[in-house]
Amino acid sequence: MGATLKDATAIVGIGQTPFAKHLPESEKALACRAVLAALDDAGIAPSEVDAFASYTMEETDEVEIAKAIGAGEVTHFSKVGYGGGGSCATVAHLAAAIATGQASVGVAWRSRKRGSGPRPWKNTQAQLPTPGQWTRPFGLLRPADEIGMLARRYMHEYGATRDHLFNVALACRNRANQNPDAIMYDRPLTREMYMTARWISEPLCLFDNCLETDGALACVIVSAERARDCRQRPVYVHSAAQGLPAQHHGMVNYWNDDPLTGPAWTAARHLWKGADLGPQDVDVAQIYDAFTPLIPLSLEGYGFCGRGEGAAFTEGGALEIGGRLPLNTGGGGLSEAYVHGFNLITEGVKQLRGTSTAQVPDAATCLVTAGEGVPTSALLLRS
Amino acid sequence: MSTGEPARRSTRGTTRKTTDSTTRKAVAARKTADSRKAADARKTAGSPEPADASARESMAPDPPRATVTTIVTATTDNRPGTGGDLLLPVPDEDLLSPVPDEDGAPFWEYAARGELRVQTCTACDAPRFPPRPCCPHCQSFDSHWRRMSGRGRIWSYVRPHPPLLPAYAAQAPYNVILVELADAPRIRLVGNLVTAADAALDSVDPARLRIGAPVKVAFHTLPGGMTVPRWLLERP
Repeated sequence: MGATLKDATAIVGIGQTPFAKHLPESEKALACRAVLAALDDAGIAPSEVDAFASYTMEETDEVEIAKAIGAGEVTHFSKVGYGGGGSCATVAHLAAAIATGQASVGVAWRSRKRGSGPRPWKNTQAQLPTPGQWTRPFGLLRPADEIGMLARRYMHEYGATRDHLFNVALACRNRANQNPDAIMYDRPLTREMYMTARWISEPLCLFDNCLETDGALACVIVSAERARDCRQRPVYVHSAAQGLPAQHHGMVNYWNDDPLTGPAWTAARHLWKGADLGPQDVDVAQIYDAFTPLIPLSLEGYGFCGRGEGAAFTEGGALEIGGRLPLNTGGGGLSEAYVHGFNLITEGVKQLRGTSTAQVPDAATCLVTAGEGVPTSALLLRS
Repeated sequence: MSTGEPARRSTRGTTRKTTDSTTRKAVAARKTADSRKAADARKTAGSPEPADASARESMAPDPPRATVTTIVTATTDNRPGTGGDLLLPVPDEDLLSPVPDEDGAPFWEYAARGELRVQTCTACDAPRFPPRPCCPHCQSFDSHWRRMSGRGRIWSYVRPHPPLLPAYAAQAPYNVILVELADAPRIRLVGNLVTAADAALDSVDPARLRIGAPVKVAFHTLPGGMTVPRWLLERP
């Protein structure tokens, strides 16, 4: 039996910058601030960091972070592709490196000025080749259009309605209204606001789309043994998984037998296989919410309900505090900040430390997921 | 073309001036790269053919050869000011033209002849889309392009609203449909439902959009010269 990931490592530090539509500092400066805040939270000196992980879409290279914060000799660094699908994998890669002795103190981070910077889909040069040649000339330009296509079909097949999508948007907004760091902290959402909002790509309206945010976050991972000596209560990485299903095509997953089952299903199978727990044991979930329809799809994928039942699952306040599965308790990408899902990881840590602004009583197990609809990843965290 | 068209034309003059030189430079750079590549290819093949041979070759009737377009792939989504937004493959007032990759090129060359064809494995007969070098079922590298009847059904659709690229914003809200091909049900082509091959993207009454509606293909040539499939209702 080789090394196992199960509870072998823990997240011992988290850090973040403010979130805003526009922050004056550079992405590099924001990244350094978030990383240093996470190390300070853990009580670990920057010179002890010997591993880094981030997204391929991250602008600031580990070389820049390492020399700016004063890291020592770095022996593991990796980057994960597919935008928000890589969020949890950054932690998973560090956990694997630490569990196998490649490194001892890992830092994962994401810094992004998506609020004040350009919109990726406007870069026609980068976006037109494969698979863009099959989609973009026809005006399927943005991620919202690509996911809207799957959402329409999902609604058609399973009788899901805009009210179900509203349930998702509302749960996230309600949690953001409890979180002073959230961009939408002081802006409640009503059903009327949702139903009369402008369209972005029918059937998706403004409130079905995540925020455009400037901000950065980071977390620190060490071995379970070392975690016991850190400043904060350790949050263990109980299980971790990535998921790229057979014949998957990314966000335009239109060319296989079953486009409505995506990477979440693949990641989930591996995640639960490596865990002592199942979906029924999850106290709180941070599910990637770039768009509201990703929630019902992910609820099905991770096994909280059966195929086609994800929309109905959201009924009766199920996603609110006190419901069956409190969701995105910091406000998520829809209402706290959209930083490629990294704030879902840090919120999961807060829940298991007992320090969330929307604390689920006695939360001991938290599922965190990365972007569904692209090659994805997930973490099962426990206190 | 009908509705949105006059408005788009009227804005053309001013916007074009600002981007024209950049676009021209980009096109020139691409041409240089292409002709250099063609020259290199000739050197290897020892062929005395003129520089435009590759262009003629790509239009050869059968079998079509891939036209390789040089593409700069950005490694980031959010680096400000790299000018990616200015390097449009066609003038920015126009709809985007497909930029074929090597595997996809035959699809577009057949489309230019008014034929809808799908890459099919020669060894095991399985159709596949998007096109790729080898068959995911039997791993054979031999493929051909099977002609489709051009009939299908709407599997799903969206109606994009702004913010969009300018040429699309001018016709928004328009429809984008996903058509499940009658001859290859796992292959669903993204396209637009229109009242006629050359009609505007918003020409169909949105009330007519319906999952399951039978459609048939038509072909439209974009201002840049590329031909794309579009879709008409079987029962207009």
